[in-house]
Amino acid sequence: MDLSSISPALVVASLMVASTPLLLAALGELVVEKAGVLNLGVEGMMITGAICGFAIAVETGSPPLGFLAAMAGGAALSMVFAVLTLVLLANQVATGLALTLFGLGLSSMLGQGYVGIKPPATARLDLGPLSDLPFLGRAVFSHDWMVYVSLGLTVAIWYVLTRTRAGLTLRAVGENHDAAHALGLKVVAIRFAAIGFGGAMAGLGGAYLSLVRVPQWTEGMTAGAGWIALAIVVFASWRADRVLLGAYLFGGVTVLQLNLQAAGSALPVEYLSMSPYVITILVLVIMSARRSRATAAPASLGKPFHATA
Amino acid sequence: MTTRRTLLGAAAALALAPGAWAQDDKTKVGFVYVGPVGDGGWTYEHDQARRAVEAEYGDQVETVFQENVPEGADAERVMTQMALSGADLIFTTSFGYMDPTMNVAQKFPDVKFEHATGYKTAENVSNYSARFYEGRAVQGFIAGSMTQTNKIGYIASFPIPEVVRGINASYLAAKAVNPEIEFSVVWAFTWFDPGKEADAAKALIEQGADVILQHTDSTAPQAAAAEAGNVITFGQASDMAEYAPKPRVSSIIDNWAPYYIDRVGAVMDGTWESQSVWQGIGDGMVEIGEISDAVPEDVKARALEIRDKIASGEMHPFTGPINRQDGTEWLADGETATDEVLLGMDFYVEGLTGDIPN
Repeated sequence: MDLSSISPALVVASLMVASTPLLLAALGELVVEKAGVLNLGVEGMMITGAICGFAIAVETGSPPLGFLAAMAGGAALSMVFAVLTLVLLANQVATGLALTLFGLGLSSMLGQGYVGIKPPATARLDLGPLSDLPFLGRAVFSHDWMVYVSLGLTVAIWYVLTRTRAGLTLRAVGENHDAAHALGLKVVAIRFAAIGFGGAMAGLGGAYLSLVRVPQWTEGMTAGAGWIALAIVVFASWRADRVLLGAYLFGGVTVLQLNLQAAGSALPVEYLSMSPYVITILVLVIMSARRSRATAAPASLGKPFHATA
Repeated sequence: MTTRRTLLGAAAALALAPGAWAQDDKTKVGFVYVGPVGDGGWTYEHDQARRAVEAEYGDQVETVFQENVPEGADAERVMTQMALSGADLIFTTSFGYMDPTMNVAQKFPDVKFEHATGYKTAENVSNYSARFYEGRAVQGFIAGSMTQTNKIGYIASFPIPEVVRGINASYLAAKAVNPEIEFSVVWAFTWFDPGKEADAAKALIEQGADVILQHTDSTAPQAAAAEAGNVITFGQASDMAEYAPKPRVSSIIDNWAPYYIDRVGAVMDGTWESQSVWQGIGDGMVEIGEISDAVPEDVKARALEIRDKIASGEMHPFTGPINRQDGTEWLADGETATDEVLLGMDFYVEGLTGDIPN
């Protein structure tokens, strides 16, 4: 075993890139679920975002426009879900699953002409002297700007959900939509907004995959990342800080185990390959086990709401 | 009364006849794919062959396919659905479909099945595979000749004989031309996950590999290598020419079209029989994609020579003396491997490090 061939700085750098799509998608779903809606269509919205972002970035040569288009694409698809479940009161689980299938099909149709094309590079954020720091410079301070945006969004979402009136309103809708309605809160409008936000975030995560992490367009390229993001939200017990931890653990252990394999680690490969799942679940479950009341799902999660009911 | 009933019966038979005819007339062929048809690799080539079947037989055939079918219970459901909807022949195109294929074939004795890259057959199940390892030997030669760091990265999918054979064949060929080389094998445990494949390629490149061989189906490792710069790769299952001339310097192309056309034809004229075939470069099932200009002239010439010698049978990628990883003798000097051993290959040859996962 030659572990000296692993460069810790490069591993940290890679794990941040590998975790970012998961983090973005999971944060979006966190907000959606906090509002009491279960949208299982994350995978579909991610892949739609991946192709919308890729196509626009290639056509315009501008990654920022690509990311914006990805948000628009993901949000547009989520509106289909919102209309079906909030207006027509369709079953959320079935609609979400259908949304994933629809997104996968739609994206492969949109992506016909984009196979084998190289996207424009997403610019690295110039952090001046920080990038020259010995270890941290390479590991943490030499990424593209989307990595920092995703971390900023984590803080912003944590702050809004726990420290602001808007967050309180959103959580009230998710905990008890009848009571919230009785208080005069616009349950359906708030949920529309939350679902749209979740779609935009999933789209952003998808675009990060197609524009930075891989970078290319391939049909079905999310390969289950949306489902992992969904699982992270649950295991993170609906808290933004733990979503960040979960996404980084999963992405991090994945990258680390691949590096260990490449270095010829003596650990059996079977254990290494299952480690991202096992470690992420274990850590988050143990953390949540301490205070059971604070970790419950939003009480109205997945339940249909009708104002006259 | 009798006459009238007969007449009615005849009328009914006449009315039904065209419908029944239309159904029997067309040969229905189903295809089960493990990835999306746009993966640019393995599934893409199977779908190209499906199109070739349609082009060859036109109105006489009707093809259906289902993509992204997980290996396991889902595969059985998809095959059953195809058989129930009247398929005459079903191609199941991944190793992990082997047992599902056997199970479904037992329930539908009148439907013919063709399973790719496995080893089981039945009255109505054939298996077919390509000798990809012949192509791997050519890749190994180019890899060993071109590496500067003497470190070659290999992204493997699942620990099945086909993949292990590929690792061994490329290692032996690389070692023969450059005794200094080292192989790092990373098991991705997936056939298709661009994100993970890219991460695996990056991990290998960051640890000094300047050649990446892949046995996964997407072009993601190619993109990662292009990003990294001075790294070469090979197209897997498909040409992946969009990454030529560099990083992709050559490729193994699976050409299934002649086989598929042949087998569909056999079903049409009723001559289909269960068989087990394993075809290589010589039969045209394995093709070596164009070797790009990034490869020095002399290396290219010798690679082509190896290809031609393998095709003619003059050379076998597994020719002794070869020891197993634990140092025991596998092939004596001049001895070549039997198909039986190759088909069940579950050991590394001497010089490779690490263990094959179970």
